Amino acid sequence: MAAPLLDVQHLSVVFDGSPAVTAVDDVSFQIAPGETLGLVGESGSGKSVTAFSILRLLQPPGRVSGGQVLFEGRDLLTLSEREMRAVRGARISLIFQEPMTALNPVMRAGDQIAEALLVHGQATKSEARARAIDLLNAVRIPDAAQRVRDYPHQLSGGMRQRVMIAIALACQPPLIIADEPTTALDVTIQAQVLELLRDLKEQFNLAVLLITHDFGVVAEMADRVAVMYKGRLVEQGPVRQILREPAHEYTRGLLAAVPGMTKGGPR
Amino acid sequence: MPLLEVRHLVKHFIRKQGLWRPPSVVRAVDDVSFTIDEGEMFGLVGESGSGKSTTGRCILRLIEPSSGEVLFRGENVLGFERSRMRLARRDMQIVFQDPYSSLNPRMRVGDIVEEPLIIHQLGTKPERRARVAELFELVGLESSYLSRYPHEFSGGQRQRIGIARALALNPALIIADEAVSALDVSIQAQVVRLMMDLKDRLKLTYLFIAHDLRLVEHICSRVAVMYLGKIVEMGETRALFSQPTHPYTRALLSAIPVLDPDAPRQRIQLDPAAFDRAAPLREIGAQHWAAV
Repeated sequence: MAAPLLDVQHLSVVFDGSPAVTAVDDVSFQIAPGETLGLVGESGSGKSVTAFSILRLLQPPGRVSGGQVLFEGRDLLTLSEREMRAVRGARISLIFQEPMTALNPVMRAGDQIAEALLVHGQATKSEARARAIDLLNAVRIPDAAQRVRDYPHQLSGGMRQRVMIAIALACQPPLIIADEPTTALDVTIQAQVLELLRDLKEQFNLAVLLITHDFGVVAEMADRVAVMYKGRLVEQGPVRQILREPAHEYTRGLLAAVPGMTKGGPR
Repeated sequence: MPLLEVRHLVKHFIRKQGLWRPPSVVRAVDDVSFTIDEGEMFGLVGESGSGKSTTGRCILRLIEPSSGEVLFRGENVLGFERSRMRLARRDMQIVFQDPYSSLNPRMRVGDIVEEPLIIHQLGTKPERRARVAELFELVGLESSYLSRYPHEFSGGQRQRIGIARALALNPALIIADEAVSALDVSIQAQVVRLMMDLKDRLKLTYLFIAHDLRLVEHICSRVAVMYLGKIVEMGETRALFSQPTHPYTRALLSAIPVLDPDAPRQRIQLDPAAFDRAAPLREIGAQHWAAV
């Protein structure tokens, strides 16, 4: 593998309390530039906590108890909060599951995209406004020049998720963390959003950490897969190998539980 | 005679649009007809807003339909008086999607499952408690859990409690409205297995409402696909999945992620102008209808 873009080494996260809970236990993985890693697991497996720890967005009582998160030659865990703010959104951005709660309901879609550019000093106000329209075009929102003035409630679920993706792309980060990006969407809309993400990945040479519980989404998107169970990585490998010859018992069980798993092939 | 027959069911919602603009009509369920035979697992699939949940609720009259007939064992329940309807609901029960909001958080789970028996004035207190313990065992929960509260249970366990509550009155028909959609895939498989097992043991009939086509293909014997308030295709599961005919069904099936990275992907985009929304269902093969 080429020099990794993101290199997570022995990450551990503890939620303090009595008793303390180890949510992430000695997790290591790498993502190369332009690569998509699917981080798969069920609720409570620690996959989202892992993502939040990388961006240092973990709230108490959760805290990183060990490990390193190497990104562009620095350990993110040692940065000051000020340095970290320059990373979030600009170098690594995050797409959430629920676009309705992640977007600001009283701010126009275009202004939210422009904000991402302004905060990181990457554009002047008028440039940012023009870039917002370009970005809405890039995420294939029809009639972008009009939609840029819409509020989130005026947009459908799929459109909102596109706006979120546009915000994430605004500063052209090399890495995007997508936390269940299509879970809340209908299957036809999911297919469109996944297709969009695949195209954008090519176009901008994006690396993606794709967090999902759905092996179908993994098969559509990921180059490699890491399977998480109770805070540990139980298996990691190329997507074909994991889907066809899962080595770990948990992965096999998880795959067997997917209805219609044995089918595949063209529909 | 089918156990349930839905004929020309219609539910319109009137949406007010302000003082000066005329109210608009949302045709949530727009002339829907289907039948379910005794012992069948019938799948009703569609995306958000297709009207599938409204259809389920109209059958139980949790939402009052605008018109149409719902024949249960040959009798139109839409003509029933309140007391008669309450009696009919013993035979028709619903399991909801969200195990977190469909159980009263301030009631002990034993009381939650017992409540339908109290409402319908069935049995003495000890008889009811015995029945509740029996129901817990039936859905695979220990009866020592009876005095706990919903928050002490996981999502899968809560859904089992919801199923136990639905089974309390010995119903013939269960309407499962996205009953496993909120669950993790491994838990989902367990709850589905439980529902299939109960179907055989208790001779249940299911109306299984879902958006997950993979799941429906797996467990239902017949399927109806809803789109914008209408059934656009209906038939035996195998026929419908192997020869999808309506443009919407084809688009929907082609959107399902395939668990093989190398499988050829032919995404079919739905062109709403390419078909007639008013076309009636017609028979296109053995036990297979489509609105084309």
